[in-house]
Amino acid sequence: MTGALLDVMGLGYAPEGKRVLADVSFDVGEGEFVSVLGPNGAGKSTLLKHLNRLLPVREGAVRLQGRSVADYAFRTLARLQSYVPQAKGYIPPYRVAEFLLMNRFPYLQALGAPGPRDRAVVEDALAQVAMTEFRDRFLDTLSGGERQKVFIAAAVVQETDVILLDEPTTFLDPLHAQEIYQLLGRLHAPGGKTIVMVTHDVNAALALSSRLLCLKAGRAVFFGPPADFLAGRILDRLYDTPFRRYECPDDPAGPPAYLPGRSAP
Amino acid sequence: MKRASRRPLWIAGLLATALVVTLILALAGTPAISPARLLDPAFAGSADGRIFWQLRLPRVLLGFLAGAALAIGGMVFQAVFRNPLATPFTLGVSTGASFGAAVAVKLGLVAGLLGFSSVSLFAFLGAALTVGIIYLLATVKQEFSTEVMLLAGVALSFLFSSAILLVQYLSDFTGSYQMVRWLMGDLNAVGFQRPLQLAAVLLPGALVVRWLCLDLNLILVGDDFARSRGVDVRRVRLVLFGVVSLLTGVVVSFCGPIGFIGMMVPHILRLLIGAEHRWLFWGSLLGGGIFLACCDWVARGLIFPAEVPVGIITALLGGPFFLWLLIRGRSSRYFM
Repeated sequence: MTGALLDVMGLGYAPEGKRVLADVSFDVGEGEFVSVLGPNGAGKSTLLKHLNRLLPVREGAVRLQGRSVADYAFRTLARLQSYVPQAKGYIPPYRVAEFLLMNRFPYLQALGAPGPRDRAVVEDALAQVAMTEFRDRFLDTLSGGERQKVFIAAAVVQETDVILLDEPTTFLDPLHAQEIYQLLGRLHAPGGKTIVMVTHDVNAALALSSRLLCLKAGRAVFFGPPADFLAGRILDRLYDTPFRRYECPDDPAGPPAYLPGRSAP
Repeated sequence: MKRASRRPLWIAGLLATALVVTLILALAGTPAISPARLLDPAFAGSADGRIFWQLRLPRVLLGFLAGAALAIGGMVFQAVFRNPLATPFTLGVSTGASFGAAVAVKLGLVAGLLGFSSVSLFAFLGAALTVGIIYLLATVKQEFSTEVMLLAGVALSFLFSSAILLVQYLSDFTGSYQMVRWLMGDLNAVGFQRPLQLAAVLLPGALVVRWLCLDLNLILVGDDFARSRGVDVRRVRLVLFGVVSLLTGVVVSFCGPIGFIGMMVPHILRLLIGAEHRWLFWGSLLGGGIFLACCDWVARGLIFPAEVPVGIITALLGGPFFLWLLIRGRSSRYFM
């Protein structure tokens, strides 16, 4: 991993004296898939917001391509890094294609209109998330899974190297969650996007990630590849619960699943 | 993009309507003027000609410009607060501007600046003060919900209403009557000076808003979302709040606190042509102008020869509309 794309050094955050992040350091190489795991309130979303300059870096440093994120103009940063926020209650009153076109903002002039190239990028993103037939639908007429695919497409439209995702499968049923993970896998495919994903889905993180970052009470308790994560039994310590490993009897070669067990192993 | 392709037609239609309506409203009334006479070279010198050029056309234009300014101010606030009920009027900005104007009337200030009277300047200061308070509330506590913002607006409205009552109480009978009459809204104009002054503020203000329409599109999705797309949300919001103070302050000082246009017009147009602000901007500008000019025409003709204050007409329409928005509630796509 020569020359990390994204480099976080000693990042801390304590608004109004309340410590949320403390001395978090990790790096993301080009083409990597890093998942951020940790219990609720561990500071995962806050960390992601620091990576994308949605919160100012007060302690430590966040560097993108060797340069502090604070030194980038907003538009420039938006051409390098895109962000898929957590699904919230509010749904803007836009149609799918019209909404995606708005995400070309970092490439548009204030009084200019989107050109054929911008429209082509939107069509391409729609095809990538298999939502082309939904292009004229209003966002609030879509299901949660469909809408999440549109929001991922909105990040794709920005044509960035890095995509940051905040719990992309929250509120989704297992089938739609699976679909989102397959989509992320395709985006990440060799030569594709560098991805940082905050998630609660341990098994998806293990399957997709090149490295895992584990946060607990604002501190990084582990950063490394999934094999080390499993060998060190980090999962049990991270959630203060013993996890059990399950294999599919019909497919012993398939990936095992880890679920919290009732008693200590 | 079947629907989207109809947008240019909508805007062209509104533009044509605006031109036709301006002409019709300036011709209709008592006395009615035949459009053929406009081509008569002697018309300008006649009594009807003076009514047309000195009274009616300036008044229709003033109504049009004021309506356009209010609708644009409303569109901006609705997007920034992601709620169609959040407009300069409902958040107390108009009342703040009225308070400023009332103070200027009470103090009998006559000095002006750049052709604007002290009443205008004080109204702007009142509007800016209110917008400043709203801005601080929205920025200091970032998690402020729009519901809380609306309640804060109600509180500000009450505060300034009481302050206006106090100023009225301290004034003599004539001054007090003038204030009450002015608070009902009025679009009287003699000659083109006032329409031109309003246009001088509206044009740069509207240009700035148009400049930031792509930003508004994303801010409507969410502040963090917009920022991650490259929008300098803090700066854009600051600029827009300044523009809205200016527009609201000037309109209120010229015409009184005419309510609800900023809420109704952008909302209806959002239903008709969608929420894409590059189009909604032109829709609101033209729609607001047409709407207020028409309301004023109704106000002039309702119980002729007396003139009903135009603010009463817009409030009679706007009050039920506000309730309708509340009842439609969250189930609606457009209740943000």
